[in-house]
Amino acid sequence: MIEFDYTLRTVALGAAVLGLSSGALGAFAVLRGQSLLGDAISHAALPGVALAFLLTASKAPLVLVIGAGLAGWVGTLCVMGITRTSRVPYDAALGIVLSVFFGLGMVLLTYLQARPQASQAGLDTFLFGQAAALVGRDVATMAGIGALALVLMGVFWKEFKLLLFDADFAAVQGFPVRALDIGLTTLLVVAIVIGLQTVGVVLMSALIVAPAAAARQWTDRLIGVVAGAGAFGALSGASGAILSATTARLPTGPTIVLCATAVVVVSLAFAPRRGLVSAWLRGRRNRQVLRVAGTLEDLYTLALGHADPHYPHPAATLRTMTHSPDAVEPTLDALRQQGLVEARDDAWALTGRGLAEAQRLARDRGEGRDA
Amino acid sequence: MTPTTSASGAGRGPRTTHHAPNSPAIDVADLTVAYRDEPVLWDIDLVVPEGVLMAIVGPNGAGKTTLVKAILGLLPTAAGRVEVLGQPLAATRRAVAYVPQRGSVDWDFPTSVLDVVLMGTYGRLGWIKRPGAREKADARAALEQVGMADFADRQIAQLSGGQQQRVFLARALVQDARVYLMDEPFQGVDATTERTIVALLQRLREEGKTVLVVHHDLQTVPEYFDWVLLLNVRRIAAGPVAEVFTDANLRMAYGGRVPFQARSEESGGRGQEPGTPAPLADGERQRGDGTPPHPGSPAPNPSRL
Amino acid sequence: MTPQLEIQVIAAVTAAACALVGAFLVLRKTALLSDAISHAILPGIVLAFFQTENLNSPLLLVAAAVTGVVTVALIEALGRTQLVKQDAAIALVFPALFSIGVVLISRYASGVHLDIDAVLLGDPAFSWIRRFEVGGRDLGPQALWLMGSVLVAVAAFVVAFYKELKLSTFDPALAAALGLAPTAVHYGLMTLVSVVAVGAFDVVGSILVVGLMIAPPAAAWLLTDRLPVLLALSVALGVVSAVAGYWLARGLDVSIAGAMAVVAGVVFTVALAFAPDRGLVAQARRRARQRVAFAERMLLVHLLHHEHTPEAETECRVGHLQEHLRWERSFASRAVKAAERGGAVRRSGDRLALTASGREAAQRAMVA
Repeated sequence: MIEFDYTLRTVALGAAVLGLSSGALGAFAVLRGQSLLGDAISHAALPGVALAFLLTASKAPLVLVIGAGLAGWVGTLCVMGITRTSRVPYDAALGIVLSVFFGLGMVLLTYLQARPQASQAGLDTFLFGQAAALVGRDVATMAGIGALALVLMGVFWKEFKLLLFDADFAAVQGFPVRALDIGLTTLLVVAIVIGLQTVGVVLMSALIVAPAAAARQWTDRLIGVVAGAGAFGALSGASGAILSATTARLPTGPTIVLCATAVVVVSLAFAPRRGLVSAWLRGRRNRQVLRVAGTLEDLYTLALGHADPHYPHPAATLRTMTHSPDAVEPTLDALRQQGLVEARDDAWALTGRGLAEAQRLARDRGEGRDA
Repeated sequence: MTPTTSASGAGRGPRTTHHAPNSPAIDVADLTVAYRDEPVLWDIDLVVPEGVLMAIVGPNGAGKTTLVKAILGLLPTAAGRVEVLGQPLAATRRAVAYVPQRGSVDWDFPTSVLDVVLMGTYGRLGWIKRPGAREKADARAALEQVGMADFADRQIAQLSGGQQQRVFLARALVQDARVYLMDEPFQGVDATTERTIVALLQRLREEGKTVLVVHHDLQTVPEYFDWVLLLNVRRIAAGPVAEVFTDANLRMAYGGRVPFQARSEESGGRGQEPGTPAPLADGERQRGDGTPPHPGSPAPNPSRL
Repeated sequence: MTPQLEIQVIAAVTAAACALVGAFLVLRKTALLSDAISHAILPGIVLAFFQTENLNSPLLLVAAAVTGVVTVALIEALGRTQLVKQDAAIALVFPALFSIGVVLISRYASGVHLDIDAVLLGDPAFSWIRRFEVGGRDLGPQALWLMGSVLVAVAAFVVAFYKELKLSTFDPALAAALGLAPTAVHYGLMTLVSVVAVGAFDVVGSILVVGLMIAPPAAAWLLTDRLPVLLALSVALGVVSAVAGYWLARGLDVSIAGAMAVVAGVVFTVALAFAPDRGLVAQARRRARQRVAFAERMLLVHLLHHEHTPEAETECRVGHLQEHLRWERSFASRAVKAAERGGAVRRSGDRLALTASGREAAQRAMVA
């Protein structure tokens, strides 16, 4: 039982570490419009894993991670090279690199499989990941690499921010944009390879994108997005790993991705300002306010046609003046509660304050037209 | 971790330029820029004295943006030489401020108005050092100058187009430069912003700064500027507005169809491009602003493929 | 047919169908929707498989088509909220749907003949085993009938809606204005991508299907500018990749699907390097050739520009070209020689002057 707890703790910790680093580092990629680059890099890493094993016969995490990182890096350079030198669009270049490198990885893995002396068991966990296989040493490796990448991100924070927002402006001020670009991409590669063994090449990109996409909904500051993405990533990683480790036949990578997706869905729906629910409520309130104002103005228009501005008009007349006649009665009620209109003889009239308010609205509107 | 927490008293860089006295603000000689094999700018010579407020005008595809970017070293040049304040750009960078087209950045980027303005201090701060109290004071002062002081903590996505433009201007002001290059600052802005920009340009001129502005509205050239460069792939004419801004030169620049047209009579008329002739070269297509082609321009030819 | 031949035919037919739909994805700059769709249809396929327990059942095609269209609609709806960018929307939707599919398989399908590796990786080596039999007569492998039908359907769609596809690809606004319903065409295409992806699932797996959809058309696009030629070339290159991949895999005893993708990558790389007009080699050679021609034009324009000006004395000297046009001495003299040979420039000592034809050429160059 103690044994199990230790394993579970290791697994949860490892998944949290990878979620933290991939979420935080992935935020930059998402903000740059490179969400899908992560997908290409993670697939491109597969042949690197196989080659590293083929050359060193070692399954030490650091060796495999370095192999994966180099291959992912080469893949990224291929994408850049293809788009710069030909008319093949960016996303097609990503797709080519993604599947060709992955195909090469398959070829290498099957080649290894056919060689009796080399047991390659464990390498195919790179496809879908396996948190249960994590041991303390893996977690330490992941944490070390991730911490290094995060420190670098912090040190060059200002430069990266400028690159992300306005690369030309960075160049004008004398910063080497190309070097910064390569540095930032390298950090992304690092973030991806950290998670490969746990989440797998197929789904790793989701852990780059989802935490940042969720965090963006809650904050309007870059530091907030990065920190939030790190936190959401760690949360998704840990909860997914624990669920997967404690439930039979629940693969780790997909479970972590589904946890991250749940965070995204909640964020998209319920984030205070940008969220869909709050936007819907705001829209409804605005429509309500507009309708109320509209009814008041309609009443004012009618009043202008009379010597007495407080002459009452029936609701039926107002209903003919609007696109949403059903809303006339409730809005009149709302106006009456605000003391802007009063009911007289089954009809409605502006009060003194209502007249003043209507005049103010008309004036504002006139100015708005000028601006 | 935020760049705003560090209070290290980063000293403001001194006026870094030791340029030769009396050298022009901008000296461009034989500048040619080619996009693939097509020349976008042909053999441009241009000398702009210090203290001049100059409009760069020309039809779509004339290479106006390309010229600005080439002066700033953002594009590879096929030939020619650019000097700013008597020296190559690398030596005088600190003295040059840039206002790119508003559409060239993602305004949904998670950052505040103050933060964007602070980016104008990054160059003199150098590597790693964060903006401190002094930079923030500078940035707030610059926002004050463009009438945006109350917006310092706003998220940039919440700004109107004109307000975004004013933030970009504040960012250039905080660079505390001697030469300003602005790419279409009047594009699609409201009346308040237009007035603010004009007042700002006047003040920069009074302070002896040199300002080059890519401009679209020929009507306002004589009112706003004292020099003008007429550009259409090659230099048509450059000099004081009174001498250069003539019918003959305009006709040459615009291929006989001078797009003078009554202002702001149609909806949003101010932001519209004047009815310009078909593009002559690829230059404007590099603009990062994604403006749709002119409504009258021919659709991409499907039979190309 | 021997199983060997059958495998190759199945692979070739699959590659052809992939290339045909993929060509339009590449041209419409939505290539990665193939990646998204091929992954996201998994839950639909799994649910349909639970019903039929047969990977070659037509019901799977229907389920895949529905799921694929739902995926694209979901991505586009997410993009329209403007809460995330379009590319992030893709990267959010398909891993989620794929994960659901994987979880469904591992939880409820272990023991039946559908495992994740097969879905992800496919394997043409076993594609011939299930036979299509009518009244006891063996009519060939089921996979061949399936992919053959899919190919025929795709080809029929492309032929029937050629005009619509072409116009909505190159100018959606005009297509809409002409009433050609670009949205309907778009979703029609996405349906086909889904159907092809599910058919190819079994053969090459969901990741490598992306390679067969994108790499051959991208290579073809480097070789031609004409749509019919591009479609034919895409199919041809796809088939070549499939068959050559098969033999490569046989030789090395490795994954056939992986080898097909590798060959497709090699084909693309060769096109990238050696395409007659757009290849890297052609680009470099043209650049070297045009550098002199361009320099000559530049020289003429420069001379014209400074003709009859006070500074002509300095601007029109050979030595000046070096300094101001930043030309190497040897390059400057090559350009001057080229201009002299063409009769555009007369040289007296170090001083250069335009001839009448040179002046004309310079004026032409500036208008161009």
